[in-house]
Amino acid sequence: MVTRRSLLAASAQCAALAAAAPRLVLADHPGDARLVFVILRGALDGLAAVPPYGEPRYAALRGELALASPTSTGGALKLDGMFALHPSFKNLHALYGSRELAVLHAVATPYRERSHFDGQAVLENGGTAAPALHDGWLNRSLGGLGNAREAAIAVADNVPLVLRGDRPVTSWAPSRLPDAPDDTLERIMDLYANDALLGARLRDALATKEMAGDAGGGARGDGQLGALVSATAKFLAAPDGPRIAVLEATGWDTHANQGAEQGQLAARLGGLDAGIGALKRDLGDAWKHTAVLVVTEFGRTVAVNGTRGTDHGTGTCAFLAGGAVKGGRVIADWPGLTERDLYQARDLKPTTDLRAVFKGVLRDHLGVAAVTLDEQVFPGSAAVRARDGLIRSA
Amino acid sequence: MPGRAAPAGRLMVQEQAVIAANRFGLGARPGELPRIARDPRAWLLEQLGAKPPPQLAELPGSGEILRELQIQQRDARMARDSGDAEAAKTAQRANRAAFRDHFVEHATARYEIAAVTDAPFRERLVLFWSNHFAVSADKPPLPALAGTLENEAIRPHVTGKFVDMLLAVEKHPAMLTYLDNQTSMGPNSVAAKLAARRGRNLGLNENLAREILELHTLGVDGGYKQQDVTTFAKVITGWSIGGGPGPRGGPPVPVGEFEFRPIMHEPGAKTLLGKTYQESGVAEGERVLRDLAAHPSTARFVARKLARHFAGDDPAPELVERLRASFAKTGGNLAALYRTLVESPEPWLPSAQKFKTPQDFVISTYRAFGQRPDKPQQMIAFLDQLGQRPYTPGSPAGFPDVDAQWNGGAALLKRIDWATAVGRFVGDRVNPTTLADDLLGPTLTDHTRTAIARAASGAQGLTLLLAAPEFQRR
Repeated sequence: MVTRRSLLAASAQCAALAAAAPRLVLADHPGDARLVFVILRGALDGLAAVPPYGEPRYAALRGELALASPTSTGGALKLDGMFALHPSFKNLHALYGSRELAVLHAVATPYRERSHFDGQAVLENGGTAAPALHDGWLNRSLGGLGNAREAAIAVADNVPLVLRGDRPVTSWAPSRLPDAPDDTLERIMDLYANDALLGARLRDALATKEMAGDAGGGARGDGQLGALVSATAKFLAAPDGPRIAVLEATGWDTHANQGAEQGQLAARLGGLDAGIGALKRDLGDAWKHTAVLVVTEFGRTVAVNGTRGTDHGTGTCAFLAGGAVKGGRVIADWPGLTERDLYQARDLKPTTDLRAVFKGVLRDHLGVAAVTLDEQVFPGSAAVRARDGLIRSA
Repeated sequence: MPGRAAPAGRLMVQEQAVIAANRFGLGARPGELPRIARDPRAWLLEQLGAKPPPQLAELPGSGEILRELQIQQRDARMARDSGDAEAAKTAQRANRAAFRDHFVEHATARYEIAAVTDAPFRERLVLFWSNHFAVSADKPPLPALAGTLENEAIRPHVTGKFVDMLLAVEKHPAMLTYLDNQTSMGPNSVAAKLAARRGRNLGLNENLAREILELHTLGVDGGYKQQDVTTFAKVITGWSIGGGPGPRGGPPVPVGEFEFRPIMHEPGAKTLLGKTYQESGVAEGERVLRDLAAHPSTARFVARKLARHFAGDDPAPELVERLRASFAKTGGNLAALYRTLVESPEPWLPSAQKFKTPQDFVISTYRAFGQRPDKPQQMIAFLDQLGQRPYTPGSPAGFPDVDAQWNGGAALLKRIDWATAVGRFVGDRVNPTTLADDLLGPTLTDHTRTAIARAASGAQGLTLLLAAPEFQRR
C-alpha cells in the first residue's frame, strides 16, 4: 500500500522533483525562532482594542463606544496610567503581566487613503502604494534568512499576498472532505508533470498535510481562529516544520452597532484572545521561541459615526506576543486626541511606521540582515529604522 | 493527435468553441462543442437576447422575505415582552430557519440555472456583475437577501445600461442594509436634530458612499478624495428601505421597497468632484450616480475588470482600451460592451487562461455531467470549504478575480478530494475518455488523455479529468 509519506519519498528520489521540492521537506537544521503573522482584515478599531482611558477627551469623543475605566467592574483591563486593553482580552492581559506581550499604538503602514483593499495590499506588499509590488514582504524576507531553511506556511486555503512571491511557501486548511486515495494522488502528480505550477502546489500541499496529521479536527472552543491555531501550533512545534505561519481573521469593519464592553466587536476580540491563548498552550516549549504579530490595515475614526459604529480611519494598534518578545510594555509615541492632534481632524495620527516594527522583528528575531530589509524586503525603506528592543536577547 | 487530423482552420474553430464554452461560458456540456463550432462568436452573441431563466419565477422577492423576517422578529419581541420564553424561542428559531432556507433556495436556483442554462455566457455576466456589486451573506439580514440583489437589480439590466444597473443596485434593500445606509442621516437633518434633542447622537455613515466610489464606479484611483466620500454620504442620506411609519401625510412604504426619507436627508447644496448639486431630495443622489456612471474613470475601471475576467490576470492594454472606448462612446451600453469583448482577438488567445474559481470549477463539473445540484447543502459546503461560499465574499469588494487567490496547494488538494467524490458518485456510468474529448476537444493534451485512459477505474478516470490542468483552467 502506497502511503502519502512513501509517495513523497518516491517523488523526492526523482531528481527533477527534488529540485522543486518544498523547503520544509528538506529542512535539516532550521533555526528555533518562530513567527506567526496574523492579519485582521477589515480595519480594527485601535481605540476600542486598546483604549487610551487616561486621555482626558477619550470618554467624550467615544460617546457610547467608550469603555468603562479599569477601576470599574467589567471595565477595560489596565496596562498603565494611559492605556488599557478591551475587557475581552483576558489572555492578552495575562501575557502582558508575564511580559510576553508588547502593545503598540498609533501605528500605521505608509498608506494614507481609506480603501480596505489597497490598505491591505500595502500592509502585505511592504511598499508604499498598493500597485507598487506584487509579492509580499514576508516572502521576500525568506530570501534573507541566511543559510537557515525556514519555510513558511499560510494557514488558509490560499496564500495571502504577504507570503506570495518567488520563494516557495505552502498552505494548509482543514478539510471536511474524505481524502483522495494515494493511488489517485500519485496519478495526478504525474498528470501535473508538465504543469510547473500545479505540480509544485500539489507536492507542497501533500507534504504539509502529512505534517498536519489529524490537526483538522481542532477544538472549536478556541474561538474564531480555533482550528487554524491548533494546526499552526502543530506545524511550528514540529522539529522539521515551517518557522513562519500566516493566519487571517475577518469581521473587523464595524461601521454600525460596534458595541462597547459587550457586542459585535467584543465577541470578535474575544475570539482573537482565545486564539492567542490556544496558540500558547498548543505550542508548548516552542512558545518561548515564538513571536506573534497581530496587525490590521488601518484604524477607524476617533468619533463615533451616525450609526453607533466607526468609519475608516488611519492610526491603530498592533500586538506583539510570545515568549521571545520583550513584553509588558506599551510602545507608543502617543499623538493625543485633541482635534489638532488628529490626522485630517478625524483619525488617530500614526506616529510609528509598521514597517519599523516588521523590520525590528525580522532582524532581531529571524536574523534577516539590515541591508536586506532596507533594500529587498521593504525596498527604499532605509529611512524607516528598524525598531530596536522588541525581541528578548537570547 | 490521433483521430483529430483536422485542417488548420477547422482545428482553430474547434479550439475557439472550447474557449467559447469554457472561458466565456460556464463549461461545455457533452455534445455541445460541434454546435458551438459552427460559429463560436455568434453562439455567444445570440445569448445576449436570452429570456430570464424560469427557475426565478419560484423564488420569493426581497419584499416578501423582509416582511416575513419582520413578522418573525415582531413575534419574538412580543413573546419576550409578555414573558413567554418558550414562544420567544420558537419565533427566534423560525427566524433562523428563514435565514437559512432563503439562503439555500437562492443558492440552489442560482447554481441550477448555471448548470442547465443554454445561455451560459449571459449567466457568467450575471455572476460577474453580482460580484462587482457584491454584498456578503455574513451580516443579517443578508443571508436571506443576498440572492435577491442579483435577481432584482443585476439580471434585469445585465444587457442594458450600466447606469440603470447602478441605480437599481444602490436602491436595493440588500445593498442599503449591507453597507449601512438605511440608518445614515445628515448631521443637519430633521431626524438628527430631533435625536440630538433627546440626547442621542445620530448621523452620517459613509460606508455605502465610499464603496460606490471605490468599488462600483470610479475605482480606488478614480480621482476622488475623502471630502468627496463624506459629501456623497450626505447626498444619499435618506436612501433607506420601507417598513417605517412612512412619509408625513402619505401611506407607509411597504417593507423591502426603496424609501427616500426626507427627514434623514442632509439639506442644502453639495459639491462633489468639483460639481455643485442643488438640494433636490432623492433626485440629488440619482444625479450623482448618473454622473458617476458617465465618468471617464468608471469606463476605465469597468473595462479593466471585464478584461481581467475574460483575458487573464494581466489583460492586454489594447483590449482594456477598446472596452473603455466602447463603454465611454455608448454611454455604458453593456450589450455593446460585450460585443466589443467577443469581437476582440485577445480573449480568444489560448494563453489568456485563468485558473477556475471554485464556483467555476463546481458549475463546470455539473455541466460536464449534465447534473443539477440536487444536494445543494453539499455543494454550498464544498464552495465554503474552498473559500467561495455562495453570496459570501466577506467584503464589498467581492471575490478576488486573480489566479493567486484560488490556486493555493490546500485548495487544490480539496478540489482533488471533491473530484474523487464526484468520480465515485458517477462511477462507470460515463466513459471518462469520451467525456474528456467531448468537453475539451482539441485542447485535451495527449498526456492527460493517456493518463485518463490508463486509469484504474472509470471513477478514477473521471477524477483525473476533473483534476487535469485543462479542466482546472478556463
